[in-house]
Amino acid sequence: MRLAILTSRIRVEEKLLIDALTRRSIAHAIIDDGELLFDLSHPDERWQQYDAVLCRTVSQSRGLAVLNVLESWGVRVYNSAAVTATCNDKLLTTLALLRAGIPTPRTLLAFDAQQTIRGIEMLGYPVVLKPTTGSWGRLLARINDRDAAEAVLEHQETLGSYQHHIHYIQEHIAKPQRDIRAFVVGDRTICAIYRTSQHWVTNTARGAVASNCPVTPELDSLCVRAAQVVGGGILAIDVLEDPQRGLLVNEINATMEFRNSIAPTGVDIPNAMLDYVLSGVQEEVLR
Amino acid sequence: MANCPECEAEITIQGLIVGEIIYCPDCNAELEVLHLEPPAVALAPEVEEDWGE
Repeated sequence: MRLAILTSRIRVEEKLLIDALTRRSIAHAIIDDGELLFDLSHPDERWQQYDAVLCRTVSQSRGLAVLNVLESWGVRVYNSAAVTATCNDKLLTTLALLRAGIPTPRTLLAFDAQQTIRGIEMLGYPVVLKPTTGSWGRLLARINDRDAAEAVLEHQETLGSYQHHIHYIQEHIAKPQRDIRAFVVGDRTICAIYRTSQHWVTNTARGAVASNCPVTPELDSLCVRAAQVVGGGILAIDVLEDPQRGLLVNEINATMEFRNSIAPTGVDIPNAMLDYVLSGVQEEVLR
Repeated sequence: MANCPECEAEITIQGLIVGEIIYCPDCNAELEVLHLEPPAVALAPEVEEDWGE
């Protein structure tokens, strides 16, 4: 058994995975995405020495590109390129959730500023504007009134790239100063945390505090279904608690960060990830 | 021992991994371990728009 971990930088998560591999005596290589050069018409034989490649690159675009190349060369990767592509894009995630009837905040899409204002006012203030790509709570805007809407849209139209001219308008959920981050590995929600913050953005990257969230049958069922509709794998599901409608799936992350979630939950997340990868490799061998 | 490119503080990189992100104990600059032998660190790259989970 030999695994490769694709990285851009070695963060706490990658160190935990490397430590777990070392403790389990699993041969592994750490591959820096910055050092890669692919000749697309000549599959590089060196990738065949790995039973699986676990993508941990911090750059979503680089990671997806590598996954596409490796999959086309027949290399087993985690998560798959299709899953990663869906999760990297909030529009694709929302569409997948809606197709499966999974509860999610109401979302509108517009391209023109005037139509975006119309959409915002259809939902009613406040609303949340998000870039369709991006992470860590960056560039989210809670729009409380028309003045703010016009200002943010002018900034996006003037300063943003073409991706910021795709306006993803989400209803604001009056969540209880927290959201839920649930970790799904295969067909099981292995643990979950509450992310609590006085700020309306509740990413731990933005200072939210993690505490254990019990995995109820309802949460487990919802999160496993959500993971399956984007293709399944090793996924972090962000869930909002709506006072009227209950649990709503907000986003799904394909390259999950978990450093703050091991202590409050008591779950060995990196080893659970490796168990899933190794079982996938073993199933392939038995086929 | 490596030196911080920002403040020239001495940085111990024993037990670290190439690519690991550390903070300078003197100036708190975010640094990336480039080599273990000879020891070398550089300022870590700035966060880019597509970075994340």
